[in-house]
Amino acid sequence: MVSGPGASLSEESTHDVADPAEGGVNSTTGKAIEGRSLRQIAWRRFKRDRVATAGGAFVGFLVLVAIFATPIVSLIGHPIDAFNNDLIDPTLGLPLGSFGGISGEHWLGVEPTSGRDVFSRIIFGAQTSIFVAFLAALVSTILGAILGLAAGFMGGWVDAVVSRIMDFLLAFPQLLFSIALVSVLPDSFFGLDGRLSRMAVLIGVIGFFGWPYIGRIVRGQVLSLREREFIEASRSLGARTGRILFRELLPNLAAPILVYTTLIIPTNIITEASLSFLGVGIEAPNPSWGGMLYDAKSYYQSDPTYMIIPGVCIFITVLAFNLFGDGLRDALDPKAH
Amino acid sequence: MVAATAALALSVTAACGGGGGTDSSNGGAKNAQNAALTGVLNASDKKGGTLELWSSQDVDSLDPARGYYAFVWNLNRLYTRTLVAYDAKPGADGMKLVPDLAGAEGVLSNDGKTYTYTLRDGLKFDDGTPITSKDVKYGIERIFAQDVVPGGPVYLMEQLDQGQKYEGPYKDSDPNKLGLKSVLTPDDKTIVFNLAAPYADFPYLLAMPGAGPVPVARDTGAQYGSKPAASGPYKIESYEPGKIIKWTRNEFWDATTDPLRKALPDAINMTITTNADDMDQRLMAGTADLDAAQTGVQAAARTKILQDETLKANSDTPTTGFIRYAAMSTAVAPFDNIDCRKAVILASDPTSLQTARGGPVAGGDIGVNMLPPNIPGSEPAYDPYGRAQGKPQVDAAKAALAACGKPEGFSTVIAVRNNKPAEVKTAEALQAALKAVNIDAKIDQIDGAQASSLQGAPDNVHAKGYGLIISGWAADYPSGAGYLQPLVDSRYILKNGNFNFAEIKDPSIDALFDQAKTVDPAAAAALYTQINHKVMEGAYILPFVTDKALNYRNPRLTNVYIHQFWGMYDFQALGVSS
Repeated sequence: MVSGPGASLSEESTHDVADPAEGGVNSTTGKAIEGRSLRQIAWRRFKRDRVATAGGAFVGFLVLVAIFATPIVSLIGHPIDAFNNDLIDPTLGLPLGSFGGISGEHWLGVEPTSGRDVFSRIIFGAQTSIFVAFLAALVSTILGAILGLAAGFMGGWVDAVVSRIMDFLLAFPQLLFSIALVSVLPDSFFGLDGRLSRMAVLIGVIGFFGWPYIGRIVRGQVLSLREREFIEASRSLGARTGRILFRELLPNLAAPILVYTTLIIPTNIITEASLSFLGVGIEAPNPSWGGMLYDAKSYYQSDPTYMIIPGVCIFITVLAFNLFGDGLRDALDPKAH
Repeated sequence: MVAATAALALSVTAACGGGGGTDSSNGGAKNAQNAALTGVLNASDKKGGTLELWSSQDVDSLDPARGYYAFVWNLNRLYTRTLVAYDAKPGADGMKLVPDLAGAEGVLSNDGKTYTYTLRDGLKFDDGTPITSKDVKYGIERIFAQDVVPGGPVYLMEQLDQGQKYEGPYKDSDPNKLGLKSVLTPDDKTIVFNLAAPYADFPYLLAMPGAGPVPVARDTGAQYGSKPAASGPYKIESYEPGKIIKWTRNEFWDATTDPLRKALPDAINMTITTNADDMDQRLMAGTADLDAAQTGVQAAARTKILQDETLKANSDTPTTGFIRYAAMSTAVAPFDNIDCRKAVILASDPTSLQTARGGPVAGGDIGVNMLPPNIPGSEPAYDPYGRAQGKPQVDAAKAALAACGKPEGFSTVIAVRNNKPAEVKTAEALQAALKAVNIDAKIDQIDGAQASSLQGAPDNVHAKGYGLIISGWAADYPSGAGYLQPLVDSRYILKNGNFNFAEIKDPSIDALFDQAKTVDPAAAAALYTQINHKVMEGAYILPFVTDKALNYRNPRLTNVYIHQFWGMYDFQALGVSS
């Protein structure tokens, strides 16, 4: 994988080791030969990958939607908890009109039984999904990087303990544990109430169970890197452990960490949706994609639109993150195929 | 008293929409939606076959003294006979008690304080031993052993203990274990009940399965429910909890001693499943005969049945006797103020609450007061808050808020059971409607299995600030006291398992209940009407709907009718044609 001290992605990087293939292409154009940092090279490679850029653009769009959910809904949507009896067939509880009541007023139709606007609920559901997935990935990454570094670098009993914990967590029935945990925790704590407390719990649980994936990769990388000459060199120059870990090793791990963090996010989205589907995610009346899917399963024959919309949202989001992550990996690490 | 039981349908038929069209109630009713509400469908005397019941809920207990679910009481009719029982007839006739084990109605004496019953000749348990009055007394005594066989209703205990502090037959020093003093068995055929005061509803208590006979030799205490002795036409062959219950014929049951029961199928199975949608599919495909729990099909099947005329003709929407409601706790501010309570009732949206319960056909009629139809004394047209028109009354609600001194609104908490999806939906509908008048209601989904110690413990309700408590209730026996007393009588406010959620403490209501016990049923009904008015005038409870359930019946079933007491098909009458 990534090699040597010069391969650092950090700002202080001074060695401009160009990829031979890149250099070859450029030299034939006859332009002045210019040194490029690894970061520039990776960016060029990423830009050429159309699929990955499309995925990345969609991810960026979703993040914006999540951040600005409240103004978006107040500008062009309806309140997420406003009932519309007049849009519902009272006998069947189904939306009036075809395709789940899609209209100029309600772009994605209305919810069966209540007549709440699906568009607004999807937007707020995106906020839940994206926030939980990102923050849980952050928790996983920080825990995984620190513990993986410690295990790989220190070896001995630290490695043994951390590795066993990782094995244990990877073998642990995460979903069952989450269900048990979420159902015993109170509705509000740390001054957070309802939706926020549930999001905090989900972030904690999903993030905690996700760190071994990153931890194992970091540990493996560190095991091979710590025997390299540049580590030996800094050690013989008298560098402290902290410096070696965070200034020498960590920058070399940035690429795999970034890639795996990106790939953990879609997994987290699915986990969050699963938990909401199982009724231990975000509580009513706050929307979440998994919760909407669960609601929709009663209507899959009579109002399929209502099931398709959150399903497609989850599908597209997860696909976009995966494509983006794959593209990122190809760009940062072309040899890892 | 767990919200699990009982009762009543009736005049709703006309309001059900598509109520059959024919007037044939002479046993030849035509197959149509709600045809089984008024008449007997496919009347037949053909014996044989196996009745396949299904259920997505297991029984609470097959021990007659421990079961409290309404459908379990209905199943008890297969194997437990009582001194008196609800008549096996469709319509209002089914609400009447007729002699079952007893050969005639109870004889009243001693100014209405003594009931005497005489048993029929030739009654036998499924092992061939005769059923005596002592077995009936022993069965009733078991109810007192709440430490060994808890779970069932304890009305008989309240009536018969009379200061004796009887602890049940397991701690009885009497050699025959018949130490309860208020019940006498002068001979094997006669049983005498001595009450402390006249109590017109007493025979209803004797019709509960817990008052059925239990032979002392076969009583295994807490384990009795796995193999109860059968006095009815069927005995329990095997019971695997969570899987299946199998009944076969009790060959010692004699049809000549039993004018009520038809006993048509040779065997009856009740298969228990965890997948209610799968059960609905089986019902519509004809591989299952009935959903034994009778609480209505799931949303997916509901849409299918209501949109397909053939399927629709095989369904009924009986009134279940439940009212779904939100009680306002008078001990939690600002609901100590009547005007704030009125504001909630006026601001609520009757239609969205009804739709959340399943709509007018499958969910129920908009609730307007707190007596369900056909409890004597009910007035379906009494609508003091104008809910039947279906729209929230925002201006009136705002005026009530101003009168309460909270013109800018207030915050409160809705406590709702998390295992009842329809209740959670009504909570959301109520929350949305209250928002329109600036009442900010937070929904607290409590663990449904712990409801009696969360919603039903006033201390917890006060501590958590539960202003609105969503629940449902049906009567254990068809009388105003059986329905309303646990909900509104101040003496029924319990530390735990409380159902007077509003903590209504109105001495005039309590006095009316006492008065109603001593007068004849017609006069009592008028008093229950008064209580209903007082409850509504006090704005303590917001009724959502008078509940209905959309149930599907396999067209191969014979002798099908809705029994009004349970609001369910009468299981013991059913036969199968192929």
